Amino acid sequence: MTLSVAFRHAFPGFSLDVSFEAPKGVTALFGRSGSGKTTVVNAVAGLLRPDSGRIALDETVLLDSAGGIFLPPHRRRLGYVFQEGRLFPHMTVRQNLRYGQWFARAIQRMDFGRVVDLLGLGALLDRRPSLLSGGEKQRVAIGRALLSAPAMLLMDEPLAALDAPRKAEILPWLERLRDETHLPILYVSHALPEVARLATTIVLLEGGRVLRSGPVAEILSDPDVAPALGIREAGALLTARIAAQEPDGLTRLDSSAGPLWLPKIARPVGAKVRVRIAAQDVMLARTRPEGISALNVLPVTIAALRSDEGASALVQLSAGEDRILARITRRSLATLQLAEGDRLFAVVKSVSVADESVSLAEP
Amino acid sequence: MGMTDWLSPADWQAVRLSLRVAIWATLVSLPLGVLVAWLLARKEFWGKSLLNGLVHLPLILPPVVTGYLLLLTFGHRGWAGGILEQFGIVFAFRWTGAALACGVMAFPLMVRAIRLSIEAVDPKLEEASATLGARPILVFLTVTLPLILPGIIAGAILAFAKAMGEFGATITFVSNIPGETQTLPSAIYSLLQVPGGNAQAARLVGISIAIAMLALLMSEWLARAVARRIAAA
Repeated sequence: MTLSVAFRHAFPGFSLDVSFEAPKGVTALFGRSGSGKTTVVNAVAGLLRPDSGRIALDETVLLDSAGGIFLPPHRRRLGYVFQEGRLFPHMTVRQNLRYGQWFARAIQRMDFGRVVDLLGLGALLDRRPSLLSGGEKQRVAIGRALLSAPAMLLMDEPLAALDAPRKAEILPWLERLRDETHLPILYVSHALPEVARLATTIVLLEGGRVLRSGPVAEILSDPDVAPALGIREAGALLTARIAAQEPDGLTRLDSSAGPLWLPKIARPVGAKVRVRIAAQDVMLARTRPEGISALNVLPVTIAALRSDEGASALVQLSAGEDRILARITRRSLATLQLAEGDRLFAVVKSVSVADESVSLAEP
Repeated sequence: MGMTDWLSPADWQAVRLSLRVAIWATLVSLPLGVLVAWLLARKEFWGKSLLNGLVHLPLILPPVVTGYLLLLTFGHRGWAGGILEQFGIVFAFRWTGAALACGVMAFPLMVRAIRLSIEAVDPKLEEASATLGARPILVFLTVTLPLILPGIIAGAILAFAKAMGEFGATITFVSNIPGETQTLPSAIYSLLQVPGGNAQAARLVGISIAIAMLALLMSEWLARAVARRIAAA
């Protein structure tokens, strides 16, 4: 199932002109606040009628300004999870969950009990939204959207209003959602770690335009995109399989570039994970370093180089089938005389990879 | 001493008539009040300011002017009165006319209370309802209406109290006929015109104050209930 979006819309002082495709999986609409992310989602949901354009979900045309088609929101069957939950205050959790289900009774797909289990809502059913924590509210909002039998989910920064522990609580539910429901999800975010964990595809928005879009691993490892994402946050994704839980508290992973040891990852052996490695945590060496404390030394090849105006440079490295980024000083770049095609060793300290940088890869 | 001893049959008649007039005025204007309040709170359309002005006019105009305009429109020789009479609906010098006058005079208060409660409902909840598959009418019935219900009741109580006390427009439009159009205020007015009527008038005045006070308290309490309900989101 593919969502194709192409539209223009002018607000006083701000205009949007976007065009992108969201294939199956999680498509992250990423950009700073004010880049037009929410406007795009509202146009897809039908809460905003763009000046012109076409939006379609496979064969279903949601908007076609040339053909005079504008499907109202209640006929689009898109489950929208809003930033602030927007639960109905006069209904219990159960009634909130049943609300969209009632309108979709002719096309039932998701079982009530299954959604309640999937999101851990069993104990909350008879409560009023005012008595829920922020994280609980968002889980109910996700459940309510799922039960409306949507053809697709729209999520507008569903974690933005939550503090870090609540975020950590919901992220695994979102991964499960992605992997167990097979619903395409359009996910708005301005938090790179979230995107790195969940997204299959990234659409990068800046000032109402699409800067780049493509598979998440490709975009995140592109040194030319890094300035738009924020140089400090730059980092690429490595996919790996959990090979062993070792007695000294480390987890061994097998990646296509070689073995990696990371602080304990609480996942079963065999699980496929994606690990986000921040560019500033990667060190480069001409020869395989010996007698150092860092455990992870991967043989890599320079694929691309980019120096910016500051003191640093970004190096894109081929590591097996994946690509990672290293951020080094321009002085090191000159001293080591690095050039595309050079074979190097990338050094990654195990402890620099935080637990939240590891997530389940799509099966 | 029972109620019937304390109040003369004529007083009692005026109280009963006032209650009937106020209840009808409130119930019949309520659906229209909700519709107008919703239009003013949620919709942008040509002539919105005009509608807003028209609704509030009875609040500003001297009641005698409103009564006179009603007489010109709904009297025997009025254009609307003439048409309605063919369907057996007569307002002139009937209690129904008193109800119409009271309804018109109370309408601004009713619309204002309901409009405020609609404006307090976050439109984002209505959007959420639409994305979950609800048609606009069902959005209104399942989300907006339950959330503004206390506001509607508060508006209705205010309108009821206003209708109980309406005098100027009523007496101008349908006169002061005992048993037909003599409401509580008209009865008080008549009693004050005759020597020795003061004691009797005072009792009716007491009843008026009690009804008005009770209505205000209930409306206040319900306004707080709506605020609580919406703040719970």
